[in-house]
Amino acid sequence: MSNTQQMVKELVEKHGRERTNLMAILQGVVDQQNHLDDQAIIEIAREMDLSAAQVYGTASFYTFLDIKPRGEYVIRLCRTITCDMKGKREILHTLENLLKVNIGETTPDNKFTLLETNCLGWCHKGPAMLINNKAYTELTPEKVKEIITEIKHKS
Amino acid sequence: MADTKQLKRVDIIFTEDCNYKDILSEALQSSNEDIVQSLLNSGLRGRGGAGFPTGMKWKFTAQEESDEKFIICNADEGEPGTFKDREILFKVPFKVFGGMAVGAKVIGAKEGYIYLRGEYKFLLDDLQKHLDEFHNVLDELNFDFRIKIVTGAGAYICGEESALFESMEGKRGEPRNKPPYPTTYGYKGKPTVINNVETLVYALMICRLGGEKFKELGTDDSRGSKVFSVSGDTPIPGIYELELGMTLENFVEEFGDGDTKSVQVGGAAGFCVPRKHFKDTIIGFEGVPTGGSMMIFNSSRSMYNVIHNYLEFFEEESCGQCTPCRVGCQQLLLGVEAVKRGDKPIEYLNELLKLTETMKMTSKCGLGQSVANSFASIVDNFKEEMIY
Repeated sequence: MSNTQQMVKELVEKHGRERTNLMAILQGVVDQQNHLDDQAIIEIAREMDLSAAQVYGTASFYTFLDIKPRGEYVIRLCRTITCDMKGKREILHTLENLLKVNIGETTPDNKFTLLETNCLGWCHKGPAMLINNKAYTELTPEKVKEIITEIKHKS
Repeated sequence: MADTKQLKRVDIIFTEDCNYKDILSEALQSSNEDIVQSLLNSGLRGRGGAGFPTGMKWKFTAQEESDEKFIICNADEGEPGTFKDREILFKVPFKVFGGMAVGAKVIGAKEGYIYLRGEYKFLLDDLQKHLDEFHNVLDELNFDFRIKIVTGAGAYICGEESALFESMEGKRGEPRNKPPYPTTYGYKGKPTVINNVETLVYALMICRLGGEKFKELGTDDSRGSKVFSVSGDTPIPGIYELELGMTLENFVEEFGDGDTKSVQVGGAAGFCVPRKHFKDTIIGFEGVPTGGSMMIFNSSRSMYNVIHNYLEFFEEESCGQCTPCRVGCQQLLLGVEAVKRGDKPIEYLNELLKLTETMKMTSKCGLGQSVANSFASIVDNFKEEMIY
């Protein structure tokens, strides 16, 4: 049994085979391998008795269910006007310079992916970003440097 | 002018001056008719933005015959500029659960769900811990009801109730045709009550205060109070619970920075009110309604940037299933850019305004229908900023 098969089997056993559990299972795969590859989608379809097109259809609808390979740390910077007014563009430049990538790209070591996202719900404490599931608020270029450096040194 | 209220801070949602367990235990012993009557008397309308009377929603669902019914807490707070549900779930989760349990009793549901937006996943661990504790309380009270938390994955449209059901059913979050409404055909095709986070807390608190007490606050069309998310050009951004019915002028006096040019009420799907209308605009269902989002802009801000930002948002978040919304959002964005560049004449803005009218009439759900709100209110009031 391949790793993907094993992972999907465990997730399906944990959440259940009914289609109402599909979101949780797709999220489970993304949590473990940062994106949904074809193999995972086909395997989920087989386990849940759905067509791969149905699984892909659901997966491709949701921004956080990435169907493209992502880095270990996915950075989602809020692009709503209120964060923009608080200096989001400077934060974006800082991230681009630190990571040497543009929006939508992943660093060559597969560590970071830089993305923009819609309102994160931190408008009173902008600019804000998510790194995986963690929220960072009231960002300054200095703060961003510290956060990124800390993650880089983690492993 | 209709009856207005002065800005007044209220403390119902976050108050620590009550024990949710006492309220819940008393409510569980009351008759369903009494609870519904109290909600109807209170005049409480949904706090997510659409403003449907909560008592009616509960009453209709209670009347349905079905082997299974559900109550769902809509915590897919995605409207730009709104962040009050996050705070409510963080600070008073037990009141949210409590409101769901009371609703479950009234309609006869055994299962409830909280649909938490993916952006708030960091709340999940604590929320689940509190929920386990709450389930023990339900056992103590001998009430057969369980809540499960499910998470979204970054789709604004899933805040639309029927799209939320689709998402929970493992499908693309595409809104359904209405009718049928959730009260008869909701999650898994069963009668379902779906309420905003804040609405559920008010429902619980009305069990304690009584409908009449709540009704004393606010105006004829907008009873009670509401939690506002204040952001933008303000020295005091944050979350404030205020009595409904104040004018925008009153609001700006309190929260503005002295140089307020306009306020976007109700997020990207809401209305932009320019300074000249602050005096005669009421924040509420008789004036400009809001799910809580209040973005303040001062005179240094370009309203072109604001509408451009909203259109980028809509263009990306349109689910794409109906043409007026999918193509309309794209064309509006391209259109304002073309006018700004000078590739299209000023009159082209009128064409775009006509397009938003078409979208309002023909889009399947609130997303496409509401683009006209911000677009017309910004373009009409700040036309020169669209061009120069």
